[in-house]
Amino acid sequence: MGRCTVFKSAVLLVLAAGLAMAQSPKYKMGKPATAGDIAQRDHFVSPSGQGLPAGKGTAAEGRAVYDRRCASCHGSEGQGKEEAALVGGQGTLATPKPLKTVGSYWPYSTILFDYINRAMPFDNPGLLNYDQVYAVSALILHWNGIIGEHDVMDASTLAKVNMPNRDGFVADDRPDTGKGTKKPKPTAK
Amino acid sequence: MRPNRKQRLNPMDRRKFLTTAGLAAAGLTAACKEGKPVAEKELPSELGAKVSAYGERSKYDTAKRLVPELKRPEIGSTTTPLADTEGIITPAPLHFERHHAGVPEIDPAKHTLLIHGLVDRPTVYTIDELKRLPSESHIYFVECSGNSGREWKAPGAGDVQKGFGMASCSEWTGVPVRLLLEEAGLQKGSKWMLAEGADACKLFRSLPLEKVLKDGLVAYAQNGEAIRPSQGYPVRLIVPGYEGNTNIKWLRQLKVVDQPYMAKDETSKYTDLMPDGKARQFTFEMDAKSVITHPSGGRKLADPGFYEIRGLAWTGRGRIEKVEVSMDGGVTWKAAQLQEPRLAMAFTRFRMPWKWDGREVQIMSRAVDESGYVQPSREALTEARGLNSNYHFNGIKAWRIGADGEVHSV
Repeated sequence: MGRCTVFKSAVLLVLAAGLAMAQSPKYKMGKPATAGDIAQRDHFVSPSGQGLPAGKGTAAEGRAVYDRRCASCHGSEGQGKEEAALVGGQGTLATPKPLKTVGSYWPYSTILFDYINRAMPFDNPGLLNYDQVYAVSALILHWNGIIGEHDVMDASTLAKVNMPNRDGFVADDRPDTGKGTKKPKPTAK
Repeated sequence: MRPNRKQRLNPMDRRKFLTTAGLAAAGLTAACKEGKPVAEKELPSELGAKVSAYGERSKYDTAKRLVPELKRPEIGSTTTPLADTEGIITPAPLHFERHHAGVPEIDPAKHTLLIHGLVDRPTVYTIDELKRLPSESHIYFVECSGNSGREWKAPGAGDVQKGFGMASCSEWTGVPVRLLLEEAGLQKGSKWMLAEGADACKLFRSLPLEKVLKDGLVAYAQNGEAIRPSQGYPVRLIVPGYEGNTNIKWLRQLKVVDQPYMAKDETSKYTDLMPDGKARQFTFEMDAKSVITHPSGGRKLADPGFYEIRGLAWTGRGRIEKVEVSMDGGVTWKAAQLQEPRLAMAFTRFRMPWKWDGREVQIMSRAVDESGYVQPSREALTEARGLNSNYHFNGIKAWRIGADGEVHSV
């Protein structure tokens, strides 16, 4: 038993060394990215809120921004117009006419912030400052009955919002059809 | 040995031509000016066009992408005229498009790719530096998971282009993702990779690290030339067999992380709603699919006689093993000939000789891939998934050829 453990450890050591070797740069192409390079480009927000910037806003504050920058496409109350509805649809997902909105479908509030921040308004993304993005996010969550009109959304509160369809997603369980008559064989690679 | 000019025109054609020419007195005079046989004038006798720097196709070849009426043409898609393509390669200018915020104009001298996150050495690459690294070329299809999506609710796409044209196949050249991530040095806990484009919406997706390490490609060339702007110039991600949306165009950063970041395009979109109201998420692989491109909807068979049935098959799970064709509405099936080499995650062309007797007939194809998966019927799909899943439709497609030769969708 003892010898076996020693052997295993040796194998692990060799493996670890191999892994480290494989991970050392071979071509040394490209330049080391500076903290500035990364900060400039990295605006990702994780589902737990990692990456959310400083700033804050409430639904009440978001109204003016929404009216000016969002209503023309998404409707005066988020009901949808030329573009998708942002509000409503809860309880429709299992019906013949599902309405997928932030309130009925989106599983995380963080991605609402992320998407407005990176992609909206459609014709001028990046226009809104972080306070405005928090405020418009708050407004859409409020319209969906998820938070109160004066609840402050910021880097610590936003990720804690409980989205109604948080548990509405399942893993890909295909193939669910077409299994056929033939026994599957391993993919030749 | 080249036949001489007279021998090349058969006697029947010559008689027909002489009769026609006889009616056109002016033409006849011109043709006989130098006392040569009239028929010879059918052959080129004038100098052709000059050499050119970048080849154009013949003005008589008009196959093109279908550009739908869109209120915002920056968010939309065009489709490949698959019925007008042969073999397995889609010409780059006919590769389907799906953009979410327009096609950015990018100066390659100013574009860089940032690699960071859970890596030891965050790195910025210029396009020139990426091109200096060891390269690979692979032929892969790219298919939007929304391709054929209308078939869920309203079956019967009128033609191949409308119903199947959001799939195309190219040779892609670039640097393996594995090489770039190994250069950067993956850290413990790295499980997913975020890939982001430089379009106005900065579209991004989360991808399992295991997959992109296996065969992900950071591609800068398509079919031998630089990737076209509408396909991601100067550099894009290719994730073989995965839904088109994950193949991030205008790639500007890869961030290695510990979990998926639940992007808008992997939650609110590109998720498949099931009848119970739950949605499948991260439905990456494209299921095996096939379609007969010739004859196909919207076309007309001139008269009874010989035709070659031609079509395309592909699967996100490796190679196409077999394609079967039925001429009797799916009662009996016969294996079609497959073009070799059959490549993993690439279009496979199938062919079958056929003699049309002039009677109404229904034709359809069914693909089987190397995992043993058999392309299902629309009924089997809707039974399993209902009508609201929008994406990943791969049902068997049938065409009906009428006694008049016209081909319609079934």
